[in-house]
Amino acid sequence: MPITKSKEIRLKGINASPGICIGKAYLIGSEGVDVVETYYIGDKDLQKEIKRFKTAVKGAKDELRAISENVPEDLRKYSDIIETHMVLLKDKMLYDKTIDTIKNEHVNAEWALRKVATDVKSMFKSIPDGYLKERAYDIEQVSDRIMHNLMGSDRKNLKEISKRVILVAHDLSPADTSQIEIDRIMGFVTDRGGRASHTSIIARALEIPAVLGLETATSSIKNDDLLIIDGTTGIVIINPEEQTLVEFEERRIRYAEYKIAFIKNSQLRAETKDGVHVKVMGNIELPEEVSSVIDLGGDGIGLYRTEFQYLNRPSFPSEDQLFTKYREVVEIMAPKPVTIRTLDINGDKAIANSSSDEENPALGLRAIRYCLSRPDVFKPQLRAILRASAFGNVRILFPLISSYHEIVETRKMLKEAAHSLDSDGLAYNKNMEVGVMIEVPSAVTIADLLANEADFFSIGTNDLIQYSFAVDRGNKQVAYLYRALDPAIIRMIKHVSDVCKKKNIKVFMCGEMAGDPINTPILLGLGIDELSMSPQSMPAVKSMIRSLEVKETRSFISEVMEKVTASDILELLKSRYSNILPEQASLWK
Amino acid sequence: MTGLKKKLSKQVLIINELGLHARAAAKMAEIAKNATSKLWIIKDGEKADASSVLDILSLACPMGTQITLSADNESDSHILDAVKEMVESGFGE
Repeated sequence: MPITKSKEIRLKGINASPGICIGKAYLIGSEGVDVVETYYIGDKDLQKEIKRFKTAVKGAKDELRAISENVPEDLRKYSDIIETHMVLLKDKMLYDKTIDTIKNEHVNAEWALRKVATDVKSMFKSIPDGYLKERAYDIEQVSDRIMHNLMGSDRKNLKEISKRVILVAHDLSPADTSQIEIDRIMGFVTDRGGRASHTSIIARALEIPAVLGLETATSSIKNDDLLIIDGTTGIVIINPEEQTLVEFEERRIRYAEYKIAFIKNSQLRAETKDGVHVKVMGNIELPEEVSSVIDLGGDGIGLYRTEFQYLNRPSFPSEDQLFTKYREVVEIMAPKPVTIRTLDINGDKAIANSSSDEENPALGLRAIRYCLSRPDVFKPQLRAILRASAFGNVRILFPLISSYHEIVETRKMLKEAAHSLDSDGLAYNKNMEVGVMIEVPSAVTIADLLANEADFFSIGTNDLIQYSFAVDRGNKQVAYLYRALDPAIIRMIKHVSDVCKKKNIKVFMCGEMAGDPINTPILLGLGIDELSMSPQSMPAVKSMIRSLEVKETRSFISEVMEKVTASDILELLKSRYSNILPEQASLWK
Repeated sequence: MTGLKKKLSKQVLIINELGLHARAAAKMAEIAKNATSKLWIIKDGEKADASSVLDILSLACPMGTQITLSADNESDSHILDAVKEMVESGFGE
């Protein structure tokens, strides 16, 4: 028997929904639609051509109606989008204009539709408003659907898929994703889309692995190709070799077992054997992630990153836009706390079409420095956060504070924002807690001063480690220096925690160090009050906390303080705690 | 004055949080389609066809926008009122 040797191809995309699946590819979507022919329509055939277009629109409408009637209960909110699409089908700017174009230019319906849709799309894309920009995308989906009907190309109904497959598409519209039967779909792979796309949100809601934004997926993958999807790391492997298959099959099984185990226990309180409740919180970026935090037993949101709403858009988000997003999260989590971190990047760089050159951006104008230099950008965010505080338990967290005057300036601006809300008659929590992110070595050394101006500290270990060792962890040649357990870092955390105890303020941790259960004994011993991490890490850390005793970890710290290298400390941790370390925790790293 | 058709216009404020977004625009267009004359939305001198969702959207009306509704013929005053009422109710959101 001849052996056909297919070459293994690895693609890297956006890890949009965690998990691993192995299966056959099933391609759907708009391939072929891009090839639109143009031809002349004579006077006598014009009416026939217009009728052909109308029939296609009716066909598209019937399809959408059938889909909206079959939308499962839990996806009901997406049926609004489908209804909007149904209205758009007959919108004058699309429908009447296409008919006019057929008539006036004597062209075929496909060409006319393409022309009109492109015009409308580019008009929407040019509007400096994130929401309206996205509507260009609705127009694309609607015109695609008419196009399929026109060209008679076989738009496969996802309901008709009979075997379990991995769906590969250029893109999936809400209408497409809403008719998916979970039993048939093992995973999603798309050329377009990101973590905020509907496909990603739905994949996470259905707990199906998804890798999106691969760009070349539909051109690299053929129907029935064997695929491995690792939605945790964002990797897609086409035609994997035997060895790769075995490796990922093992990982898949381990992941499944891990998931079952951790979900089972995740709602248990993270209380140590000697009765201390250590709060385990989730780090999130999108409001949609709140459900994972709740499902996996989070005690609140320890870090709500707010950069996302500033990315890939032509202008800064409005106060109301920000407020709506914050409020959504705050209301769902209430009465549990939501810690909102203010903008942690250089906003000008994030907003499309504006760039500023900095030789060394990590040491440049970003986070609080940028915000203080741009009150016009910062104030709307402060007001939005304050307004959200009226709807639940909000704490505000300021990133990259490196000197005393920065926190004073920041608090002043916060106060001004609060006063402006007073004059506008808008409600906010006057006692909202104010936190300082400790992530620059200078902030560690002046922790006692900063503590006078803060209700809590949150230690951001990722940046603290990078800035302390002057090492870029993304640089492979020096990444070995990036070690959370180095005595330098342990001592800094200890110093910050000691200051907090003395000043009687709370100390939290929200870096990756908090999410690895091997570090938990040290963090408990050092007296960190709350640990915040990616929601998926919470169950393992909670389980670790439940097996520990605070009293014991405190005496363990004195042993840790005697060690001189990171590997000594790691060895000590392993020898003492490996028997209680939750299994498979490493899967998420 | 017989036979001369009067224009009709009314001012209204967008109060719902999301502004004139797609779903709201769709609701508006549904009603506007019943008019016998043309219904317009005017914002800062820019005019959009109230029966076209896309045209409405292209005006970009966030919460707090003051718009003028106008009908080419006063026989459509009840439709204009219906649209006004819907906008004032925040589109029932």
